[in-house]
Amino acid sequence: MSVLVVAEHDNKNLKSSTLNTISAAEKLSEDIHLLILGNKIEDLAKSSKSIQLVKKVIICDHEKLENQIPELSSPIISNLAENYSHILAPSSTFGKNLLPRVSAQLDVTQISDIIGIESQDTFIRPIYAGNAISYVQTNQKINLMTIRPTSFEKCEEAGGDAAVENIPFIDSEVKTTFVSREVSKSDRPELGNARVVVSGGRGLENSDNFKLLYDLADKLNAAVGASRAAVDSGYIGNEYQVGQTGKMVAPELYIAVGISGAIQHLAGMKESKVIVAINKDLEAPIFNIADYGLSSDLFQAIPEIIKELDLLNQIES
Amino acid sequence: MKVLVAVKRVVDYKVQIRVKSDNSGVETQNVKMSVNPPDENAIEEAVKLKEQGLANEIISVSIGDDKSQDVLRTSMAMGIDRSILVKSQNTLEPLAVAKTLKIIIDKEKPDLVLMGKQAIDDDSNQTGQILSALLNWPQGCFISNLKIENNKVFISREIDEGIENLETSLPAVLTCDLRLNTPRFASLPNIMKAKKKPLETIDIDTLGIDTSSKIKTLKVIEPPKRKAGIMVNDVKELVQKLKYEAKVI
Repeated sequence: MSVLVVAEHDNKNLKSSTLNTISAAEKLSEDIHLLILGNKIEDLAKSSKSIQLVKKVIICDHEKLENQIPELSSPIISNLAENYSHILAPSSTFGKNLLPRVSAQLDVTQISDIIGIESQDTFIRPIYAGNAISYVQTNQKINLMTIRPTSFEKCEEAGGDAAVENIPFIDSEVKTTFVSREVSKSDRPELGNARVVVSGGRGLENSDNFKLLYDLADKLNAAVGASRAAVDSGYIGNEYQVGQTGKMVAPELYIAVGISGAIQHLAGMKESKVIVAINKDLEAPIFNIADYGLSSDLFQAIPEIIKELDLLNQIES
Repeated sequence: MKVLVAVKRVVDYKVQIRVKSDNSGVETQNVKMSVNPPDENAIEEAVKLKEQGLANEIISVSIGDDKSQDVLRTSMAMGIDRSILVKSQNTLEPLAVAKTLKIIIDKEKPDLVLMGKQAIDDDSNQTGQILSALLNWPQGCFISNLKIENNKVFISREIDEGIENLETSLPAVLTCDLRLNTPRFASLPNIMKAKKKPLETIDIDTLGIDTSSKIKTLKVIEPPKRKAGIMVNDVKELVQKLKYEAKVI
């Protein structure tokens, strides 16, 4: 049977979470179809058809789909469902907002936030904020799944030449209108997707001091993250929050600065390959999971690290 | 306006989770249980709507065994007027929870349904969205701000990129983010008063819906433990290790 992946995008580019989800789909079927619901997405359809793993790109292009209102997009997905054994979406706020409506419309139970695929019907997912791992099996007519992007590699974006199919827009009566989106613009890599993440906690003491972290992040071409404590203290916006109530990240290098390591923060970053903790409190629980710990005043340590990195760069060049 | 809040009883968020030795699930016996944290935000928001004179009746609903009365009493101590417990011995999946809530909503006819964005035990993050679709009411998920004026509903949603602002109308289903408000502590007099507030009990078997599990849990295991690494003496050593040992910079 075929697998349908619902694309997360901004009408111009696919989000990397879509590429992770396609990799997950590869474990289920060779016949992967990518569904793009959006507005003015001809270019997006063209660029998406080169994804090697995708056999068909299905696009529904309509101005009402500009802002991803789930009441409008979910019936279009449900309408395609009978052709598929599995329907996948990333377990980002996009997928979480959308796919349960399809569950209601198809009367099947969705499986959320899958981190592993054992077989066509057996999946692995974290529960209790990752403090337990559950193996679940289902024999429903169709498997609705959201996929945790950081648990699957990104698929190749080139090398393919998929067919493109246009499907008609199905209108639904919707009482919700989009007003605005407040997105923080940054030249740094996307938090969920960066190779290096530099995160700050309450130890930073105020929002001005976060500038130190930005400097370090820029040296490492890293994304900036934050603990919930730092977000709640108003040092930085919630979209930077890493943890159970924020984003899940799994970069190659995670540098936790002035973060004590509350369970809820660890839930969001403990899958990182290498973890560095910098904290003046030797008792901080973050040191229990860090590969490299430095017990030091961060206001001294960060400028020193930047200096050392500059030195390294000089030696190399 | 009448507001209905859905509340789940879960293992307290401060409790260290223990996987059962037979790998059948997570230990919930003799463990402190509490209101699911974002459901507390939903309760708080309902109480605020009543204090602002926008809501005239606020009720809470929970689905679970007799012990779930605790969380309903807590909600009433925070200011909820009355509660309904739908008694079920089995743990329900989100689809069955939403179907159960829909029956209660069809009967109670609230104008607004509030609940937490996800339960911190199963972490499914589905019930509000499913309920919205079943009712064919507008959906507002992960909200961190709510304003209701002349039957118009203005919400801010926490999304991965930042914040999304939407306008919608009542009736609606809204799921609450922890950032929506700061739940109040119930005072002792209010805890005493809550004991006298009405709590209706309904047996789930009388509702005539399919609540059987569609998903079988094969096993529950502990996550792989991460070993603590080493402490470095200074920045120089740290940068050297990252460069030449871990090779990540």
